Amino acid sequence: MSVLEIKNLHVNVETDQGTREILRGVDLVINEGEIHAIMGPNGSGKSTLAYTIAGHPKYTVVEGEILLDGENVLEMSVDERARAGLFLAMQYPVEIPGVTVTNFLRTAKTAIDGEAPSVRHWVKDVRTAMGNLKMDSAFAERNVNEGFSGGEKKRNEILQLELLKPKFAVLDETDSGLDVDALKIVSEGVNRAKENTGLGILLITHYTRILRYIKPDFVHVFVAGKIAEQGGPELADRLEEEGYDRYQVAEPASAE
Amino acid sequence: MTVATQSTAMPTAGQHGLVAHSDGPVVPVQTRSERFRSVDVADFAPVTGREHEWKLSPVAAFADLTSGELDGARLGLETAGAEGVAVEWIARDDARIGTAGTPEERASANAWTSFGEALLIRVTGEDDKIATVTRTGLGSTPRGAHTVIEAAPNSRGLVVLAGTGSARLSENVEVIVGEGANLTVVSVQEWDDDAVHLASHFARIGRDAKLKHIVVSLGGKVVRVNPSTHLAEQGGDVEALGLYFSDAGQHLEQQVYVHHDAPNTRSRVTYKGALQGEGARSVWIGDVLIGNAAVGTDSYEQNRNLVLSDGTRADSIPNLEIETGNIAGAGHASATGRFDDEQLFYLMARGITEEEARRLVVRGFLNEIVQQIGVAELEERLTAALEAELQGA
Ligand SMILES: Nc1ncnc2c1ncn2[C@@H]1O[C@H](COP(=O)(O)OP(=O)(O)OP(=O)(O)O)[C@@H](O)[C@H]1O
Ligand SMILES: [Mg+2]
Repeated sequence: MSVLEIKNLHVNVETDQGTREILRGVDLVINEGEIHAIMGPNGSGKSTLAYTIAGHPKYTVVEGEILLDGENVLEMSVDERARAGLFLAMQYPVEIPGVTVTNFLRTAKTAIDGEAPSVRHWVKDVRTAMGNLKMDSAFAERNVNEGFSGGEKKRNEILQLELLKPKFAVLDETDSGLDVDALKIVSEGVNRAKENTGLGILLITHYTRILRYIKPDFVHVFVAGKIAEQGGPELADRLEEEGYDRYQVAEPASAE
Repeated sequence: MTVATQSTAMPTAGQHGLVAHSDGPVVPVQTRSERFRSVDVADFAPVTGREHEWKLSPVAAFADLTSGELDGARLGLETAGAEGVAVEWIARDDARIGTAGTPEERASANAWTSFGEALLIRVTGEDDKIATVTRTGLGSTPRGAHTVIEAAPNSRGLVVLAGTGSARLSENVEVIVGEGANLTVVSVQEWDDDAVHLASHFARIGRDAKLKHIVVSLGGKVVRVNPSTHLAEQGGDVEALGLYFSDAGQHLEQQVYVHHDAPNTRSRVTYKGALQGEGARSVWIGDVLIGNAAVGTDSYEQNRNLVLSDGTRADSIPNLEIETGNIAGAGHASATGRFDDEQLFYLMARGITEEEARRLVVRGFLNEIVQQIGVAELEERLTAALEAELQGA
């Protein structure tokens, strides 16, 4: 039984104006197979949490812990975290010049598994996964994310999720910018990954519509760098109706 | 039409395509074919660095080659021959010398004025074959040299012209591709860190002949290889490829010129380079001239640069001059992209180590050219050399 624990996490970012405190004591436990949705206003620190879990060098952890099955994640480099079973589907996936999707996927799979996948199965797996996500096979020979539309980039993230089979995935606004059909296709991909591998999911979103397809076990309201309230799926509906006003968003962290 | 893109850090991309009749002839700043030419160094004024052909080069680093006396003695060679490829020294007055081109700048003319004998590499016979001529141990003496690579009519072959060790060399290489011949010339610069190498290649392509010309520049302080191709007869075809990896303090330059001067000729120019380290510098200028006689021309040129660190500069300047409206197609593209920390993070977030991530990106980018060399052994060696460059070796 895998578990990802985040304890009293405080994170700063260095800006031109000096150090800014963004996460102010986040506590969260995600067990294998659980889906946790995080909702919160712009600038509240959701992506910061996602990047910090993945190990982005811009963010400095000043206090607290992240543990994966008891192992100290904060001591691991970015690639070690991925090999340990963490995955981040990015809000803004990056374009990689000169590297085709095929080459990238094979290299990543080899790195994660510690050995090259068997050619025959791998080619078939990639083709099936792309088919399921309704990605044209031509994407395989294109450079990673280069010239992809917003929706295509998000599908490419889920393609990697399905093929790399992590233990825990953070999905940072994977639903943003998707049309209705794409939202369904992508959600099915996430659900498949969960069924196949017992994936634990941290789903960051602004909208309840994705929660109709990916059913959360828990909903957390994220405000000013920490979790302001937790509840079940009904909390998401309430947020949609009432917004974040009652959490006094206007006051601290976000300087936007 | 003249399009210039220059980049220091931020990615740029420019694309432009033309098909026949979509655009009228364009009057360029100076028609490339009308540039001054001479084999005599005395006909050129001393180099100031402001001349259009020198303005992006570190001219002070090689004043000895543009204006000093050059030793024109035979160069030290290591030859790996092949049946059907003769390598010999020929006299200055050999009739072949001067048939493929004439110097357009002073370093080239200085070499021409200075060389004693020319090296002839002559390819005959229709079988595929590979010969390698490596110039090595040239030391610190400023030298001038002349090479003629001649492919007999209907012959086929691949000639690797390599350079290793230290050197201060200015040279001209004439490439004469006979009617119906199919020749590949690979010029590989793997000089020592302090070397300066200035080369002008002049190719003349005969009727229905094909030249694949590949410039690979990895080692040397200043390496400037400028290949000109004269598509002088109907049906001629040139594929001009280039690959460079410029690291800290290195200047790698190539001024590529293709002159379409006969009906139904074709050219493809593709140069790709990577830059890494403080002061790494590359220059690519691609001139394509489609002359009046060159109806049915099919031409495309592109340069792509991959910037791997701060402190580098890549100049990339395509120029296209079209004197006839009746062409099949002409276009160019130039782009400088950056491999940055966000890309590195993305790859590492998928489990790939930093070292592997860089290798993946650079290999992916440069492989397109490496794969076209056509000598398995050399391809492997260059792949390894590129990876060594990456690690700052
Ligand atoms: N690298 C950085 N430099 C400066 N400020 C940053 C940096 N990264 C995050 N911030 C600031 O930290 C705060 C939280 O940003 P974050 O991206 O985590 O918010 P978010 O909750 O994901 O917002 P959104 O809903 O808009 O995606 C914002 O005020 C943001 O401007
Ligand atoms: Mg965000």
